[in-house]
Amino acid sequence: MIEERFDAIVVGAGMAGNAAAFTLANRGLKVLQIERGEYAGSKNVQGAILYADMLEKMIPNFREDAPLERHLVEQRFWMMDERAHTGLHYRSDDFNEERPNRYTIIRAQFDRWFSSKVQEAGAIVLCETTVKELIKDAYGRVIGVLTDRDGGEVHADVVVLAEGVNGLLGTKADLREIPKPENVALAVKEMHFLPRETIESRFNLKGDEGTVIEAAGTISRGMAGMGFIYANKESISVGIGCLVSDFQKTGETPYDLLERFKRHPSVAPLLEGSEVKEYAGHLIPEGGYNAVPKLYGDGWVVVGDAAQLNNFVHREGSNLAMTSGRLAAEAIFQVKSRKDPMTAQNLSLYKAMLDNSFVMKDLKKYKDMPGLLHIQSQNFFLTYPQLVSKAMQNFVRVDGTPKVEKEKVTLKSFVAARSWAGLFGDAIKFARAWR
Amino acid sequence: MHIVVCIKQVPDSAQIRVHPVTNTIMRQGVPTIINPYDLFALEEALRLRDKFGGEVTALTMGPPSAEDSLRKALTFGANRAVLLTDRFFAGADTLATSYALAAAVRKIGATYGDVDIVFTGKQTIDGDTAQVGPGVGKRLDFMQLTYVSKVVALDLAGRCIDVERRSEGGVQVLRSRLPCLITMLEGTNEVRRGTMVNALSAARATVVKWSAQDAGVEDISKCGLRGSPTVVKRVFAPTPRAEKAALVEPAGRPPADALIDEIFKLRPKLEADMFELARGF
Repeated sequence: MIEERFDAIVVGAGMAGNAAAFTLANRGLKVLQIERGEYAGSKNVQGAILYADMLEKMIPNFREDAPLERHLVEQRFWMMDERAHTGLHYRSDDFNEERPNRYTIIRAQFDRWFSSKVQEAGAIVLCETTVKELIKDAYGRVIGVLTDRDGGEVHADVVVLAEGVNGLLGTKADLREIPKPENVALAVKEMHFLPRETIESRFNLKGDEGTVIEAAGTISRGMAGMGFIYANKESISVGIGCLVSDFQKTGETPYDLLERFKRHPSVAPLLEGSEVKEYAGHLIPEGGYNAVPKLYGDGWVVVGDAAQLNNFVHREGSNLAMTSGRLAAEAIFQVKSRKDPMTAQNLSLYKAMLDNSFVMKDLKKYKDMPGLLHIQSQNFFLTYPQLVSKAMQNFVRVDGTPKVEKEKVTLKSFVAARSWAGLFGDAIKFARAWR
Repeated sequence: MHIVVCIKQVPDSAQIRVHPVTNTIMRQGVPTIINPYDLFALEEALRLRDKFGGEVTALTMGPPSAEDSLRKALTFGANRAVLLTDRFFAGADTLATSYALAAAVRKIGATYGDVDIVFTGKQTIDGDTAQVGPGVGKRLDFMQLTYVSKVVALDLAGRCIDVERRSEGGVQVLRSRLPCLITMLEGTNEVRRGTMVNALSAARATVVKWSAQDAGVEDISKCGLRGSPTVVKRVFAPTPRAEKAALVEPAGRPPADALIDEIFKLRPKLEADMFELARGF
């Protein structure tokens, strides 16, 4: 056992863990951060998009030396059927601003940089060390962690669990349940390397401009899921993910979905001639507000993916992770500076701060969305995309049919597929879930 | 007892890339590791220390980023780490490298206590020369024990060491006086996982950084590119194999026959050679 005692132990060095460790160390607390990977980010799989605002709150001048890929000037949404996509495309030169709002990043590089800031702030970062379990005292209070190294017991006033979506540590310690299959998506991703100029011409970008394509529709074969394509400097991240429960039900495999997505006539030309250097898979929390577990207890708080904090409608996760990590750290700092013990009651401050932030407000707004898309996945991911594609084709194809006829055909196809009642029902349910 | 282990930070061989134009190994952006052979040297040194007492100092020469490798050596349990880093050292071949390392070992001896053994791996995976270890030993006037597979006995009072050395014909059992230089063979031990105490102190430790001057290098012209007589005449990368996998349909025949026919069809010369060979029996 290690004699030395820490103010806080942070388990994990992803976005949430780094934000927590950075903030705690910055506030002068004695922090030990433990990461199982070879270095921070070495186990990370995210796409990834970085949201500047949340990072700026901690490291205002991060743009000076953080490894950023491209700042996003454009967002494309694709509703896909087998041979087509109907797109919504937003691009604005306003995003070519001095302090851009969103960037593509490569997490293996970014997290390493973030970790160097954590160390500069004064935290001790131990990599290649796995926390096996939480140590509790006779009253069930968390008092430290046990690692896989010899003599690996370390004690602290509070343990910040930033262990990621699986949250094995928390489940093992009975702090929460293992995520349910309908509340997590399994996503797979490949990194395709191409020369910079090729990427810029294929995506219509200049300099460090970047773009993101998010795609839904028949690519997920009726399951609730989404594909994504992110343009990095010299690589393209392409991936797709669906709910684990849907994979269970259909017997589809993630890699097969990704192969099909890559072969789609709208996607294939973007990737042509590229060299695949990496492939990876990971779980993503998708359960939203209703799946968020207990966030604090005696001697512990949970942040980021481990707390299922992910806004799947807006594809935001890392900023929720960062914010929850930072707020947990601020709460711990406040309790500490009042010289109060790290009891559940005192740490409930973290929950209050989180409830007050955009994190819980956003999750609450979409709390019914996961249920809706999950139960109705066939309609939202298979039927509607096909109908929309047919309607668009009908609209643009010029073949001598009077326009009145064309509109009738389109309308009929919708009613035939979903019935009037179904269409109205879906519209109302969707509007409600969005509200 | 004081042991110095020389390690080198090398590109991870699993993720190596060759520059398409210059044919040299691209070190930028490629993950680095401790030269795998050096880990056997480090572990052997740590075992001797654990058994006989004393200290292990890890030493490397390289860019500031080589600190990562030294920190890892500390995590395994080395007592201190010294990084020899200076722009004067850049571009060194094995002659210049061993000159600089020998100076550093001398300085380490003067600063932290006389050095009894210098360990290195048998060679590095990026240079493959196996020259630096013996070069260091020669300059220090240490006895040289290369390709050692086992340290059999160490007599600190009697100042001698027995080792097994693998040679082409078999195994030699050698006795040498101390101080000596040992280059360690691969597969001779298994590198440990440092304890929690090791890992914590490694995370906190400061790696000692020495410039050429700090290390007491006497003749700077023997360092780096200036001190390197090696001239690379030409570098070429192996041509990637152009053969493609072929799918063989047995079509009702025994699969092995179909396979052999297909191979002979693709490699007619192989068939002739085989017959030639068969005639000899």
